[in-house]
Amino acid sequence: MAKFEEGLRYSESHEYIRVEGEYGYIGISDYAQHALGNVVYVDMPDVDDEVTAGEEFGAVESVKAASDLISPVSGTVVEVNEALEDKPELLNEDAFANWIIKVQLSDPSELDKLMDVEAYKAHCAE
Amino acid sequence: MEKKTCLYDRHVALGALMSPFGGFIMPIQYTNITDEHNAVRQHCGVFDVSHMGEVRITGPDAERYVQHIFTNDVSGAPVGQIYYGMMLYPDGGTVDDLLVYKMGEQDFFLVINAANIDKDVAWMKEHTAGFDINLDHQSDQYGQLAVQGPEAEQVVEEVLGIPCRELKFYENKEIRNLENKKGDSASSKSLIFTFSDSPIIVSRTGYTGEDGFEIYGSHEYIQQAWDKLIESGRCKPCGLGCRDTLRFEVGLPLYGDELSADISPVMAGLSMFCKLDKPEFIGKEALAEQKANGVPQKLVGIELADKAIPRHGYPVLSMEGEPVGEVTTGYHCLSVDKSVCMALVKTDFAKLDTPLQVQIRKKTFPGKVVKKKFYDKHYKK
Repeated sequence: MAKFEEGLRYSESHEYIRVEGEYGYIGISDYAQHALGNVVYVDMPDVDDEVTAGEEFGAVESVKAASDLISPVSGTVVEVNEALEDKPELLNEDAFANWIIKVQLSDPSELDKLMDVEAYKAHCAE
Repeated sequence: MEKKTCLYDRHVALGALMSPFGGFIMPIQYTNITDEHNAVRQHCGVFDVSHMGEVRITGPDAERYVQHIFTNDVSGAPVGQIYYGMMLYPDGGTVDDLLVYKMGEQDFFLVINAANIDKDVAWMKEHTAGFDINLDHQSDQYGQLAVQGPEAEQVVEEVLGIPCRELKFYENKEIRNLENKKGDSASSKSLIFTFSDSPIIVSRTGYTGEDGFEIYGSHEYIQQAWDKLIESGRCKPCGLGCRDTLRFEVGLPLYGDELSADISPVMAGLSMFCKLDKPEFIGKEALAEQKANGVPQKLVGIELADKAIPRHGYPVLSMEGEPVGEVTTGYHCLSVDKSVCMALVKTDFAKLDTPLQVQIRKKTFPGKVVKKKFYDKHYKK
């Protein structure tokens, strides 16, 4: 049922990162938005905030519960997806098209610790 | 190990998200909480609430006993009347909140919260000395449905064949011999069950702020009634997820959040259900003292300026950053599109319009004290 997108790197906590040069767009996978149900609020960091691989940088809230967002990489937030402030449901409509933050990577070697799409599919099937 | 209700297999077959609640494995949602919430506000929804506990009190001293353990006043009540109130500890803390149905002159039916069944029954049994009553714990005998929403009356009458329109808000009746009118078999909408050995109880009550009915019956009856309601297509199956958003919006308390052994009805703003002019009930002196001298904390509503969602247990702070309380329940309110919560705060900060902040993860969000009713009830009285 869930969709998967090739060419992205995925974390065990269901965030993805789309790398473009020294930047990465971080969001949640389609599998994650399915599991959450209707997203009603996205708690995002501010531009210039530092994020650290494996640490929380915000949260996605459904009606019932808040789920932490865990950064797959370390770096500096250069942009947040402001469209999500008014329309958090965009994450349900298309999780891959609607990234949450854009980060300038401080250590691209961290990407090697993330899963490719095949490994992530297997992770979701567990 | 959680218990299953008599409808467990049906929930699984419908693809419900199942989760533990109050010692039972219960459906949280079938499709999504928002759709189910709106179905109840606009049309009709059916909930499996078979996890609720039932205790029957009968005997010559039944009324005197209920008066002793229950805060509301059932003296001289007409048969069929229902009362909401609490059982209290002597210090005014809440054992549970419950409904008391007067079924007969010496016959009361008490409906208690699932999570509190063992505790409540033990508490009731501890206080029977000196009363000539029979206390029958019947939780395992009953299943229960809540049919809720503006169309509930037609659905209950037409789909279940239960005449209910004459019931007023907080009235009930016990039905022992509904005739089986199978003659009209062409109409699949109207099926009336026979249950000569197994009476059902129907009341105009609920926990959603909408008109609606609660139906108690044998497991077999409740299974048949559920199937009929779902097959009719006139009633959306609704999980406990939206039961919580619905009750929260209209300011109804949930034991464990807004009431507890540490939260008295006076603190929760529920004094109207505690009749201090009764001769006595357990906890009366403590409540009278709280009413006279005030309480250290009160339950309030808080409306946030931002969309961030306050959740149970999040700290409430003064504008200076001093901790003054805790969120009891919070949501992004579905009917009014605002982030709101109920919170227990120091009494000095409980006045309407007092500015307060709620800490949500690492940030604090400003808000103000408002009435703890975020959406108007639509009862049919």
